[in-house]
Amino acid sequence: MEGGSAIGSASTLSNDENLVVSSEDSSSPTENGLELRLTLSLGRKGYRECRVSHADDSSSSSSSSAPSSLSRASVTAGIKRTADSMAPTSGQVVGWPPIRTYRMNSLVNQAKTLAVEEDPQGVVNRNISDATKMRSSMFVKVTMDGIPIGRKIDLNAHNCYESLSTTLEDMFLKPKTVSSTQETDGHLETRLKILPDGSSGLVLTYEDKEGDWMLVGDVPWRMFIGSVKRLRIMKTSEATGAAKMNL
Amino acid sequence: MASVSLLFVTLLSVTLYINIKSFILWDQSQTFLPSLSDSVLMDRRFPFKVLEHIFSFVDSNEDRNSVSLVCKSWFETERRTRKRVFVGNCYAVSPLKVARRFPKMRSLTLKGKPHFADYNLVPDGWGGYAWPWIEAMAARRPLLEEIRLKRMVVTDECLEKIAASFRDFKSLVLTSCEGFSTDGIAAIASTCRKLRNLELRECIVDDLGGDWLSYFPETSTSLVSLDFSCLDSEVKLSDLERLLSRSPNLKSLKLNRSVTLDVLESLLRRAPQLVELGTGSFSDELDPEEISKLTKALSELKQLKSLSGLWDLLPEYIPVLYSVCPRLTSLNLSYATVQMPDLIDLLSRCSKLQKLWVMDLIEDKGLKTVALCCKELRELRVFPSGADLDETDVTLTEQGLVSVSEGCQKLESVLYFCVQFTNAALVSIAKNRPNFRCFRLCVMEPFAPDYRTQQPLDEGFKAIVERCKDLRRLSVSGLLTDKAFEYIGVHAKKLRMLSIAFAGDSDLMLHHLLSGCESLKKLEIRDCPFGDTALLENAAKLETMRSLWMSSCFVSFGACKQLSQKMPRLNVEVIDEHPPKTRPDSSPVERIYIYRTVAGPRLDTPEFVWTIHKKPEVGVSRLAIR
Repeated sequence: MEGGSAIGSASTLSNDENLVVSSEDSSSPTENGLELRLTLSLGRKGYRECRVSHADDSSSSSSSSAPSSLSRASVTAGIKRTADSMAPTSGQVVGWPPIRTYRMNSLVNQAKTLAVEEDPQGVVNRNISDATKMRSSMFVKVTMDGIPIGRKIDLNAHNCYESLSTTLEDMFLKPKTVSSTQETDGHLETRLKILPDGSSGLVLTYEDKEGDWMLVGDVPWRMFIGSVKRLRIMKTSEATGAAKMNL
Repeated sequence: MASVSLLFVTLLSVTLYINIKSFILWDQSQTFLPSLSDSVLMDRRFPFKVLEHIFSFVDSNEDRNSVSLVCKSWFETERRTRKRVFVGNCYAVSPLKVARRFPKMRSLTLKGKPHFADYNLVPDGWGGYAWPWIEAMAARRPLLEEIRLKRMVVTDECLEKIAASFRDFKSLVLTSCEGFSTDGIAAIASTCRKLRNLELRECIVDDLGGDWLSYFPETSTSLVSLDFSCLDSEVKLSDLERLLSRSPNLKSLKLNRSVTLDVLESLLRRAPQLVELGTGSFSDELDPEEISKLTKALSELKQLKSLSGLWDLLPEYIPVLYSVCPRLTSLNLSYATVQMPDLIDLLSRCSKLQKLWVMDLIEDKGLKTVALCCKELRELRVFPSGADLDETDVTLTEQGLVSVSEGCQKLESVLYFCVQFTNAALVSIAKNRPNFRCFRLCVMEPFAPDYRTQQPLDEGFKAIVERCKDLRRLSVSGLLTDKAFEYIGVHAKKLRMLSIAFAGDSDLMLHHLLSGCESLKKLEIRDCPFGDTALLENAAKLETMRSLWMSSCFVSFGACKQLSQKMPRLNVEVIDEHPPKTRPDSSPVERIYIYRTVAGPRLDTPEFVWTIHKKPEVGVSRLAIR
C-alpha cells in the first residue's frame, strides 16, 4: 500500500503546536484514500491559494503540471525556528540562503559593527549604494499579505506604473500556463492592482524614505522612484489609514 | 592509469593461474575453494610483494576500493597496505571493523553530520560523535598519525584521548566540528611532541581564553601548519612570537580576528617562509611608520601563495598587500567588506590567482576585471554581503558570472549567490565553460524565474548539464519544474552530489534523478513537493548512494516505515524536532536522512530521531558518547 492517504486539515500537518495555522486553509475530504491534498497559500507561479492533488498512481504524471507547493506548515515552522536561531531578521526561512552558520555569524557581527561605527564609513557606503541604485538597477522588496516569502523587483526596469503593475501581477497572480486540474480558492483577478478602486480586492502600497506608507500611483513616476524603499500588496480592507501602517 | 590497469590485468591472470595450479596439485579431498589463509600463504611468496609494491602507487581510495574487490588475495594485500583511510559517513561502518581491516592505517578521515547541518537544518544532538572512533583507534591503532574530522562532535575528552594514545601523532584537522573547548586544544598542543598540523576550520569552540597557545612546549619545533582562525579570544603575543621563532617548518599560519594589525609585522618577521597566511583583523589605526614596516614585512614573504583573513580590511591598507599579489594563487576576501573599486585595485594585480573567494561587493564590474586579469582562475566563490535579502544594494547580477566564464578558461568550480538569474546567462556560461566540475548557483529568491522571460530556469540548467560532461557537483535554485530534473537525469551522468531547494512539481522530479543519475552519491533536497512514490520505487538506488537527505518534502511516515522494512541495509532516520505523541502513517515527516550502512542501526540516536529499530525506552546511549 502506498502511503498516500489524505491530509485534511492543517492541524494534522502541524507537528509543532506552536505553528501558526492560517485561517485560509481549508480542509478537503479524503477521496478513496488515494489522494493527498494539502491546502496551501504558498505556491509557485503566482503564490495563490490552491490545492495540490498528489495522486500516487500513474496519474501523477498529469499532476506533474501541478504547481509546486511548499508545505505552508514547513515554511511557517521554518520561520518559527528562525526566531529562535541567530538569523538576523524574522520572516526568513531557516537555512536559507544556504550560508554556513559560521559565515552568517560573521555577517551579523559585521553588520552590527558597521551600524555602530560613526557615519563617515556609513555615509560613504550609502552614497555609493545610492549612486548605484540610480545608475543601473534598483531592487526593492515586494511582499504580499499572506505570503511569508517576499520577492524582489527591479524598479529601474520600468518607466511607468502600468508596466510595474503588470510585472507584479505576473509575479504574484499569474494564472497557470500549463493545463491545470487545479481550482483556485482565492483570487483569480488580473485587475490592475495599482488602482485602489477596490475592484481587485488588492491594493499596492509603498514605504517611502521617511517611513510612511503611501498608495502607489499618487505621485509622478520619477518622484515615486526617488522615494520608494519597499512595496507591499495588501487587501483593500486593510488599506485605510495609510499613516498607521507598519509591516 | 591505463598502464597500471594493464599491469593489474596481467597480474590478475598470473595470480589466477597460480591459484588454479595450486588447486590442481592439491589433495583431491580438499574442498575446491581453499581457505583464505591457504590462498594467502600460497601467494605471499611471490605475488604479495609484487602486489604490495604496485599498490603503493595507488593513492586514490576509490581505486583502492576497486582493487580490493578483484579477489581475496588482492583484498588482503590492499588492506594491509592502505595507509590513508577515508570514511565518508561515520555511521556507514563500525569503528572496530575499520580498525581491524587496516593494520597499517596512519591517517583517518571521517565525516559525520549531513551537509545541510551547515545551514541549521539538523537539530543539535543528532549525532556524529567522534568518541567511538577515537576510542577504537586508540586501542587498536596506536600508530595513527593523523585524524581529520568534518561535521563531527568532538569533546575535550576525545582530544585528551588522542593526545594520550597516539605517540607519533602529527596532524589534527577539524572542519565544522563542535563540542570541544580550548582546554582540549591545549592538551593536544602540550602532549603531541611531533605535532605538525593543528587546524581548526570554522569550528564552534567553547573559547575559555588564549592560554592554549602557551601549552606548546618550548622544545616543540615541528609545527608545519596552525589554524586558529575560528577562535575568539586573544592569544598572548609573546607566546605566538616565540612559537613562530622556533618553528622553521611552519608553512601555514591562520590567525584569528583578535590578532590586531599592529602586531602582524612582528609575527611575519619571524616567519618569512610562510606559504599560507591568514591575517587577523586588518582595521586598526597604524601610523605611517608602522604601515611601512608592515608593507616591508609582507614583501619579505617570498613564498606566499595564499592569503586569507583580512577581516574588516580598510581600503587605505590595500596598497600594503600589493607586493604579495603577483605571487598569490589563492585569495580569500570573503570576510573583507571592501567595495568594488578597491577590490579591482587589488585583483588587477593578481595575475596568478587560481582560487578567489569574495563577497558580492565585487559587483559585475569587479568580476569583469577578474575575467581580464586572473586568467589562471580555477575556483570562484561569491558570497552575499547582506545578511538578509532586504539589504542587497549591490549590483551583482548574472552578468558577473557570465564575464568570468568567458574570460577565465580554466574555471571549473563555482559557487555563486545572486538575487536572480536568466536562462540566457546559464546557456552562455555553459557554452563558455564546458569544463565545469562543480557548479553551485544559489538564486536567493526562492522560486525566482528568469527575470526577463518569467520562464523557469529549466532550459538554463539543461544547458549546464548537457555541456559540462564532467560535472561532479551541482546545486540548483530558482524556479524549476520537473523538466529540469528530467534533463539532469538524462545528461548528468558523472554527477555525484546534487543539492536542491524549493523546486520541482511532483514525484517525477525525484524519479528522474534517482533513475537517471548513474554516479549520484549524495542527494540533498529541501522544500520540494514530491513524496512517497518516487522514493519507494527507486529504493534500490539508495544502496548505491552514500546518503539522501530530504526535509520539508511530502514524504509520509508510512513510506519511511515501508522503506525501512524493504531495505535492511539502509538506515532510515526520521528527524522531527518535536516528535508527535502519535504518528499516523499518512502524516508527513519533517526530515528524513537515509544512508547505506553495514554497521546496522546506530546506538546513539537521540529522542527526536526515529528509526525502525528503535525501542521507545532506548534514549541516547551513554556508552557511545562522551
